[in-house]
Amino acid sequence: MMKKITTKSKVSLLKSIIHLAALLPLLNIYFLAFTDQLGADPVQRIIHFTGIGALNILLFTLAVTPIAKQFKLGYLLQTRRLLGLYSFVYAFVHITNFLAFDLQFAWSLFFSEIVERPYITIGMLAFILLTALAITSHNTLRAKMGKSWQQLHNAIYLIGVLVVIHFYWSVKSELSSPIIYAVITLSLLLFRYKKIKALILSMFSNKTV
Amino acid sequence: MLIKTPKNCDLKENHVTPENVYLNRREVLKGMGFLGAGALLASASAKVNANWFTKDEPSKFKTTALTFTPDANSEQLILTPESKVTTHNNFYEFGAQKHQPAELSQQFKVNPWQLSISGECAKPMTLDYDDLTKMFTLEERIYRLRCVEAWSMVVPWIGFTLADLLKKVLPNSSAKYVVFETLHDPEQMPGQADRRLGGGISYPYVEGLRIDEAMNPLTLMSVGLYGKTLPPQNGAPIRLVVPWKYGFKSIKSIVSIKLVSEQPKTTWQQLAPNEYGFYANVNPKHDHPRWSQASERHISTGGLFARNRIDTLAFNGYGEQVAHLYKNMDLHKIF
Repeated sequence: MMKKITTKSKVSLLKSIIHLAALLPLLNIYFLAFTDQLGADPVQRIIHFTGIGALNILLFTLAVTPIAKQFKLGYLLQTRRLLGLYSFVYAFVHITNFLAFDLQFAWSLFFSEIVERPYITIGMLAFILLTALAITSHNTLRAKMGKSWQQLHNAIYLIGVLVVIHFYWSVKSELSSPIIYAVITLSLLLFRYKKIKALILSMFSNKTV
Repeated sequence: MLIKTPKNCDLKENHVTPENVYLNRREVLKGMGFLGAGALLASASAKVNANWFTKDEPSKFKTTALTFTPDANSEQLILTPESKVTTHNNFYEFGAQKHQPAELSQQFKVNPWQLSISGECAKPMTLDYDDLTKMFTLEERIYRLRCVEAWSMVVPWIGFTLADLLKKVLPNSSAKYVVFETLHDPEQMPGQADRRLGGGISYPYVEGLRIDEAMNPLTLMSVGLYGKTLPPQNGAPIRLVVPWKYGFKSIKSIVSIKLVSEQPKTTWQQLAPNEYGFYANVNPKHDHPRWSQASERHISTGGLFARNRIDTLAFNGYGEQVAHLYKNMDLHKIF
């Protein structure tokens, strides 16, 4: 009984920390942007901040399982959904900033950029997948979806790869940051080597059936 | 004579917090924390206290006022505020992020400076720091600046035409192109010493113009902006300004101008020839492979909510003066 309570409170403490760590920087940067304290081009700053933020949180999400396994901290798994949802929130704000402040609701330009620029196409694809995961993250839907829920949520690995490519293609010349992110993402995926291999193999075998 | 009776609420000079204390207010508060922590930390706090009034913010580069003929501003362009012109810079020698050059360049030494003009000419010469502002009559030029990244500003430059400078060295008939080079000094320019900070481009930065572009009366050698000499982040002590081309053509902190017979390989063109051409004329109809060049965000007053997306103009609005230079060229193939 005693142990159950401590685990529970550990989880809620962790979740509170995640809420604060995700929301405070976001509130801070918007405050700075609204009050024109974010340099000469707040639009660019806020787009980069939220984009990198979404990727950072995504990598934290992917790091939870390996850490929980390694250190036998099963309760950590209960923070995955919250982390994943914050990655979605940052990604959503990232795209909203692009549309609202950079393109200033030039919708035709928004759609033509998505179609014509490979790095935006791939970023948008990642966002659509992430949206699907966010929508189906609720427990009741998870129960309803049964086996297909896990199949859908395996897309998180693909999203990680797509986002890193999106980052790599978006920079002008400085490649070291995207390369560092690519290495971290790949090493997080390596922990799931067997699972991902099985996923890919099953995809091919499904086709032949 | 104006006799002013101070009201009670008027602040007097001695009420004003000294600027260095204000700027270090967090240190001051930290120091107060140390004071409370007791005798163990007494020596540490003494040190902090001693530093309150002496510790300078990294001192700012000093610019000086210039004498010049003002621009009539017949187009009635609205200037981008000076604070934005001097804090939003692409100058990878001082860091690849826009805010870094203003932060990392303030100790940059521009005096002494030597600018050599050499190559295919009869009278090569070298200008010293003082020559840069004294050899020619300075004039103000208010120009639109369009960055290849699809943002823009309006800047009141001060300088003289490159044509006036080149006429002095008497170019010969083999002088078909002009090559410019930025200072290479990794000790002063951290971006040249650290590949990550410097954005992974090769140094020294090289740019070039065709001779007729160089001789065009719009092409400016700038030594100042907003009435004063250039701060380092904007390319002190002397830079090029070619207003109908993307900003990366307007090379900063120049030490060498060379007249040559062959088209030079320029920095961005070498790095990604499919993205950045030698000519790099502002062209709303020729997109960068990764983004549209049809419109731009104009940086002026206002923050996040400034409605500042405007159409990009062919040759950045200077077609009347320069379109004839390219009349037989396919600007989609040669960009």
